[in-house]
Amino acid sequence: MADSTDTIILEVARFHPERDTEPSYQSFEVPLRGDWMVLDALNHIKDHLDGSLAFRWSCRMGICGSCGMMVNGVPKLTCETLLTEFAPGPIRIAPLNHFPVVKDLVIEMDEFMGKLQKVRPWIVRKDDYQPVREFIQTPAQLDNFKQYTLCINCMLCYAACPVYGLDPEFTGPAALALAERYNLDSRDQGAAERTDVLSQHDGIWDCTVIGECSEVCPKHVDPSLAIQQYKIDATKDWFKTWLMPWGNK
Amino acid sequence: MPQYSAFQPKPYRPRMSPFWFLDRWPYFKFIIRETSAAFVAYFVIVMLVQIYALERGAGAYAHFQSLMANPIILVINAVALGSIAFHAITWFMLVPRVFVRHTMGNIVPDLLIAAPNFGVWFVASLLIALFALRII
Repeated sequence: MADSTDTIILEVARFHPERDTEPSYQSFEVPLRGDWMVLDALNHIKDHLDGSLAFRWSCRMGICGSCGMMVNGVPKLTCETLLTEFAPGPIRIAPLNHFPVVKDLVIEMDEFMGKLQKVRPWIVRKDDYQPVREFIQTPAQLDNFKQYTLCINCMLCYAACPVYGLDPEFTGPAALALAERYNLDSRDQGAAERTDVLSQHDGIWDCTVIGECSEVCPKHVDPSLAIQQYKIDATKDWFKTWLMPWGNK
Repeated sequence: MPQYSAFQPKPYRPRMSPFWFLDRWPYFKFIIRETSAAFVAYFVIVMLVQIYALERGAGAYAHFQSLMANPIILVINAVALGSIAFHAITWFMLVPRVFVRHTMGNIVPDLLIAAPNFGVWFVASLLIALFALRII
């Protein structure tokens, strides 16, 4: 346990859109407390050292997905990352990789939101079935897609994905995992509709299986698995259309 | 950017370094994994040359063997063998990334899913070695 008099240096990325052309780093000395997360240290800076520091946070318990940042080059939820992990420091805090920076540690997330919408993340029904009661689903059917429902849209997977960094058009891990979540849902009938978004170069085929999206995911959603699963399904469908062209009619 | 913000300052758009794969070990490992596939092609070419030499007779094959005994070729082959082993191991370790590991709330360990691939690899290598050494 760190001594109460110990301190640690935080090198925090600063960017003011009206003054700066690119971010720079500013050092702050904060108390190194055993029960503090990196987010607590950032709040300490904002409360006591520099009130102009901008960053997003909300729940402090790893469920809102707001406080994702690069901590020593690795995307992490700062509310779940102990300060003592990095002792004696310094710790370098930067905004999430690959996203436009609005100010300091705050990133622009409009592109991400657009990608989420693009994959039609809702239950699509082909029939005009008007439900008079809830859809019945067995525990096994739920188990089929449940892990993909755990995504909190924290965007750590995008920050870990070099493919997204190199090609911003890439639909990306979280949106593809969300699409697979609905494709695997027994109540959904929209898999064919989503194919035009998913099974194209900017969709699943851009993924080169680096696998870091799954490694950094704080909720163990495993978006890489969702993408590879979809690749297998799309390949099978493609062969089916060649072998059984009448099957699609 | 939102439509209402005509006078809002522009955000900073970061650019990725061409050497992004040097930033972290997982990225560097990925690049080695992908580039090491080139050595698979190299071994295929060597094998085709070997078959061609075999087809042309004993003299040509002896020439091929002397060429392969060249220290430079030996070093290249040693590097190629190491690269292919790295490629195969990292590729097999990706299998758990492709198959569903969650069964009824439990996660099957990565190594358990990758193990059959290593098993088949080992048995195939053993059979080829036994055949090459004329034991079978």
